[in-house]
Amino acid sequence: MSPKELRADGFKTLEQFIKQFEDKESALIKVLYEAQHIFGYLSKEVMLFIADKLEVPASKIYGVVTFYSYFTTEPKGRCQIKVCMGTACFVRGADQLSRQLENQLKLKMGETSDDLKYSLDSLRCVGACGLAPVVLVNDKVYGKVEVDDISKIIQDSEV
Amino acid sequence: MKKIATYKDLADAYVRWQPLMALRQEAVHAGAERHELLVCGGTGCQSSRSMELLHNLEAEIKAAGLEKKAVAHVTGCFGFCEKGPIVKVFPDDVFYVEVTPADAKDIVHDHLVNNILVERLLYEDPAKPGCHLEKQHDMSFYKKQERIALINCGLINPELFEEYVAVEGYQALAKCLQDMSPTDVSDAIKNSGLRGRGGGGFPAGVKWEIAGKQPGPEKYMICNADEGDPGAFMDRSILEGDPHSVIEGMIIAAYAIGASQGYVYIRAEYPLAVQRLQRAVDQAKEAGLLGDKILGSNFSFELEVKFGAGAFVCGEETALLRSIEGGRGEPTSKPPFPAEKGLYGKPTVINNVETLANVPQIMRRGPAWFSAIGSEKSKGTKVFALAGKINNVGLVEVPMGITLREIIYDIGGGIKNNKQFKAVQTGGPSGGCIPAADLDIAIDYDTLVAKGSMMGSGGMIVMDEDNCMVDIARFYLDFTMEESCGKCTPCRVGNKRIHEMLTEITEGRGTMEHLEKLANLSSVIKDTALCGLGQTAPNPVLSTLKYFYDEYVAHVRDKRCPAGVCVKLLNYVIGDACIGCGLCSRGCPVSCITGEKRKHHTIDQARCIKCGACETVCPVKAVVRSK
Repeated sequence: MSPKELRADGFKTLEQFIKQFEDKESALIKVLYEAQHIFGYLSKEVMLFIADKLEVPASKIYGVVTFYSYFTTEPKGRCQIKVCMGTACFVRGADQLSRQLENQLKLKMGETSDDLKYSLDSLRCVGACGLAPVVLVNDKVYGKVEVDDISKIIQDSEV
Repeated sequence: MKKIATYKDLADAYVRWQPLMALRQEAVHAGAERHELLVCGGTGCQSSRSMELLHNLEAEIKAAGLEKKAVAHVTGCFGFCEKGPIVKVFPDDVFYVEVTPADAKDIVHDHLVNNILVERLLYEDPAKPGCHLEKQHDMSFYKKQERIALINCGLINPELFEEYVAVEGYQALAKCLQDMSPTDVSDAIKNSGLRGRGGGGFPAGVKWEIAGKQPGPEKYMICNADEGDPGAFMDRSILEGDPHSVIEGMIIAAYAIGASQGYVYIRAEYPLAVQRLQRAVDQAKEAGLLGDKILGSNFSFELEVKFGAGAFVCGEETALLRSIEGGRGEPTSKPPFPAEKGLYGKPTVINNVETLANVPQIMRRGPAWFSAIGSEKSKGTKVFALAGKINNVGLVEVPMGITLREIIYDIGGGIKNNKQFKAVQTGGPSGGCIPAADLDIAIDYDTLVAKGSMMGSGGMIVMDEDNCMVDIARFYLDFTMEESCGKCTPCRVGNKRIHEMLTEITEGRGTMEHLEKLANLSSVIKDTALCGLGQTAPNPVLSTLKYFYDEYVAHVRDKRCPAGVCVKLLNYVIGDACIGCGLCSRGCPVSCITGEKRKHHTIDQARCIKCGACETVCPVKAVVRSK
């Protein structure tokens, strides 16, 4: 399918998903989850579509999207590198890992590279505190990471 | 699945499924005919490839032709995360630690086939090097623990409904519906002394009583599983290891208050907990334990899972309600309390996961049993997530009233790398730091508050001499500032100002006046913020100012970070290891590094901006930070 068809298909799936809810307003967060799952991020176009289908003002949708850290209005990189910034990871040196990643990827925390290859983010506690400090690459967990491991982690993620 | 529609059906199911637990509850004996291997399937151990290990164990059992004599299962968190992945062998009661997928072969061949323990996988007693312990209860990590909320974690397979029933699951619910009125139930919880495990410690039974007395048929029961404290993972582990206990607790609570609809509000960042909980809810529905006329009584209750989307403030009751209603999770002022006017304006009880996991045990064993455990005003046990600079990171459940020293040294095994203990932080971003002088206080809700901290949901982060307390305070304020919903000014603006001042101090731009302003502003925010998040946000600052004032003074007056953490207060210097490759001087953005080729380079301290680029590029680690 072409990108255009893929997108049209995504909107169709989303509309089907929305139809199952009787109480439209309280379904908003679940709908946003699904939309982000389909499109990868919540563009203005997607938010307006949801507003229309749920019969909720677009301003409310925008308010909710920007309130919760899970939702993003920008596209993310194919390879999402996240440093856990929970307290357990922090006291075991997670901020040094962040600095090293920022230096090596030439990105700041929260940024995505122009070629959409990498996104660098911090996240709040994955609950694997026994493995602190933790770095996630997409869904893969790296535990007890040291500054020297960072180059290897970036290399692995390129494959 | 056959419906469990009556009390008799439940009693029959128990008799039918009880044998599932036979090997695990049998008296310990080596050389048994049949074996069960339980593999930890919690998030921590799964990150260390425990599912691959489980798969390998199954394959090895098959290859050895032992399918009829041995079986491997997944189970919930054993708590000893530091030594994960863990495999426990029943009925011999042998506890293997740090097991890799490659070890499956030895476990099956040596232990199951040849009946020899795999000694290298046994836990080595740190007090007696060379002494390997095979039993869980012989380890110092477990000796002082008492499991109530975690009783089934590491015992049953959380994905099998039958196993929960086999450990007397849903019997407490049957007892409540059959023999007790709703008021009897809330009285029993009141008498047990159970207090909310999510933060403030409000008596759970009183909450139920207030909601129960409200008029009208429409009420809600909510389980708060939005565990947002960074460094806390007790609720996640309960949901992953024993989701049915939380569901049973919710149905009992709903019966006590007269609610017919319930929600579990859970963090979407916990995919495994979400999956196990959803599966358990579906199983309970299928069995008829959720839905119309539960167990043939007149009581009906529906349960739905709702997702949080990453907002710490949604752990606050009123914010959580707004989020379930589909909006921004902004808190509202109390009163009215949710027990009077909650979800969609109806009476609503919100209890956290651990609180609810205690309920079935209390109802089954009686309030008197529960209230005999713990301290005078805090009954029962508390689960703590022990993390940070400690030898035994993990999940521990201890009776209230135990001392910090017992938790940190006896259970936690002391400080990593024999460093000096500096402080322990309890209560997450709402709590405070407790210094070494207070290690012997008996911990319960009230003693922690008296020390300027709080119980919170039970995060316990240990810090050593290498942690800078000003930097820790800044870290927490960074968190609360980001997570402030922005509705009230004291929290939105006040915490931002505190964060700015702390940043200035850690960057060497602080003055003694800063310290006074910090204390003043903190107390104003405490008095005036709208919700619990804002009111408690200054606690990390106030407690570190109180107990570690000297460190603040060192940053402000001497422009020095005693722990060597605050980068702007350190000097980068090039040590003797320098090979003169020149990478640092080429990487330096302000060109302040000079030196001849293949000779020792030096950094001009006056021009250095302390970006750390030289440290990153140096191939021989010659660039070091000096305090």
